[in-house]
Amino acid sequence: MTELDTEQRRAAASLDRQRRLAGASLDVDKLRADFPILTRTVREQRPLVYLDSGATSQRPRQVLDAERSFLEQHNAAVHRGAHQLAEEATDAYESARARIAGFVGVNAGEVVFTKNATEGINLVAYAMSNAATAGPGSERFRVGPGDEIVVTEMEHHANLVPWQELCRRTGATLRWFGVTDDGRLDLDSLALSGRTKLVAFSHQSNVLGTVNPVAELVSRAHEVGAITVLDACQSVPHGPVDLAALGVDFAVFSGHKMLGPSGIGILYGRAELLGAVPPFLTGGSMIELVRMEGSTYADPPQRFEAGVPMTSQAVGLGAAVDYLTGVGMDRVAEHERTLTARALDGLSGIDGLRIIGPTETTDRGGAVSFVLDEVHPHDASQVLDSVGIAIRVGHHCAWPLHRRFGIAATARASFALYNQPAEVDALVDGIEEAKRFFRMT
Amino acid sequence: MQLEQMYQEIILDHYRNPHRRGLREPYDGESFQVNPTCGDEVTLRVALDGDTVTDVSYDAMGCSISQAATSVLTDLVVGRTVGDSLSTMDSFVEMIQSRGEVEPDEDALSDAVAFAGVAKYPARVKCALLGWMAFKDAVGRVREDDSDAEQPVEAR
Repeated sequence: MTELDTEQRRAAASLDRQRRLAGASLDVDKLRADFPILTRTVREQRPLVYLDSGATSQRPRQVLDAERSFLEQHNAAVHRGAHQLAEEATDAYESARARIAGFVGVNAGEVVFTKNATEGINLVAYAMSNAATAGPGSERFRVGPGDEIVVTEMEHHANLVPWQELCRRTGATLRWFGVTDDGRLDLDSLALSGRTKLVAFSHQSNVLGTVNPVAELVSRAHEVGAITVLDACQSVPHGPVDLAALGVDFAVFSGHKMLGPSGIGILYGRAELLGAVPPFLTGGSMIELVRMEGSTYADPPQRFEAGVPMTSQAVGLGAAVDYLTGVGMDRVAEHERTLTARALDGLSGIDGLRIIGPTETTDRGGAVSFVLDEVHPHDASQVLDSVGIAIRVGHHCAWPLHRRFGIAATARASFALYNQPAEVDALVDGIEEAKRFFRMT
Repeated sequence: MQLEQMYQEIILDHYRNPHRRGLREPYDGESFQVNPTCGDEVTLRVALDGDTVTDVSYDAMGCSISQAATSVLTDLVVGRTVGDSLSTMDSFVEMIQSRGEVEPDEDALSDAVAFAGVAKYPARVKCALLGWMAFKDAVGRVREDDSDAEQPVEAR
């Protein structure tokens, strides 16, 4: 290859990148105007710097308006009644389901509304223990002594405790993939086998920011005939996610982490599996035929939505998905990658600060956790709070992961589409201030 | 600045130079307490001579508030009776849970009045109480052991 060729290729690649960036750039100032809460001050009249979207995101006016207008104009119990409001409410509810399904690349019939992502995981775990006594067709979900449920050491308690409980109820054994010192999944730490019935793992760690190799895990699980469950709570809000393309069997994510309301989560189940898995909660709405002697059940997703469901929340989440689609998830991902890179760079420059998780942006999202040599995370966050910066501290519902790193707690900054580079800089300055305040002499 | 109200110099002093830190023998009761929301933990031992607290030793992993509160606790209880110690704890709990509405009892609380500012931060109240919970539990365990030991005597 001649030097000229190399030069030309470089120029072309650079131009390409510039074009892509120009097309992908996101007008954060304009977008922030949609989020009323971001204009308030906290503590002593400090402008709010909200870096806790990994815990819960803020909601744009479009989502709040959609909820209000639904309640003011169309509110009724869905899938009951033949009056006009009941029709309108049902349409709004099902339309939200269809848009949310489309947002993650799956069919509406594969999307179940739950109270939150935690309930979605419990639904699968309880459905599996119910499979022990359910009729034919549910054998593949049965687990018992000798069988193994596999998770990872970096799971949120929501994707760990329900599986511990499933093992306790059924006599199955819980096993897990370990985590490397640099915060990646240690794929060599565990071999799946014919005994492995289910593999549950997070798409993106809520502490480390690590994006796990979904394709590799799915392929290993399917090789041994195991069901896969993906915790997508920290990925769906921050970039394009196509659950069908990822090939997972089940997945969960929560409304309130993706600009939507709390009180609503999504369980995705591949149609074939959702059609075969026994119900978890039973009662009204989820039935086909009820007699005093026994009942049969509706088709999915209704089979898994017993009782009058949340409606304004579903409508609000539909509006959140519309909002994110309007912004463009590629742009969101690019913007958050820029923020993450800036944070990793700025934090790495602080003496005595250790980032818990990957220090480069490859396969990494915008949850950045760290510890300081001489300042406890709680104390650091108190100093940050006094200057208006909201971060999360503690074990972030991933206690075993913290023990793995020999620490009780971390401080975590997490980003969303509405954060600005200046807010990352404020974080870095705030940590320096915390170090000064607690200087050990 | 609000921050200085919370982190008074007394608190920072105890944090930087904690009193009676480390686990020691002999002891009569031990307690392990953890704050499930943040993962902070303390192992605390009490040694008694009759009804008098002769030593409190501890090993803790936690923030400045929990570390300093435990250090101050040892100053307040060592050399006093269990009854007096627990009534000091009551005053401390009342102050710390008051959201800053209760005037602290300086005679009873001494250095611990410095934690009055913490009362205004509900999320940090548990930090200030972690060591005290361990103390109360450890003392309770000594008494349980005593009554266990006495039971056969009573049964006879």
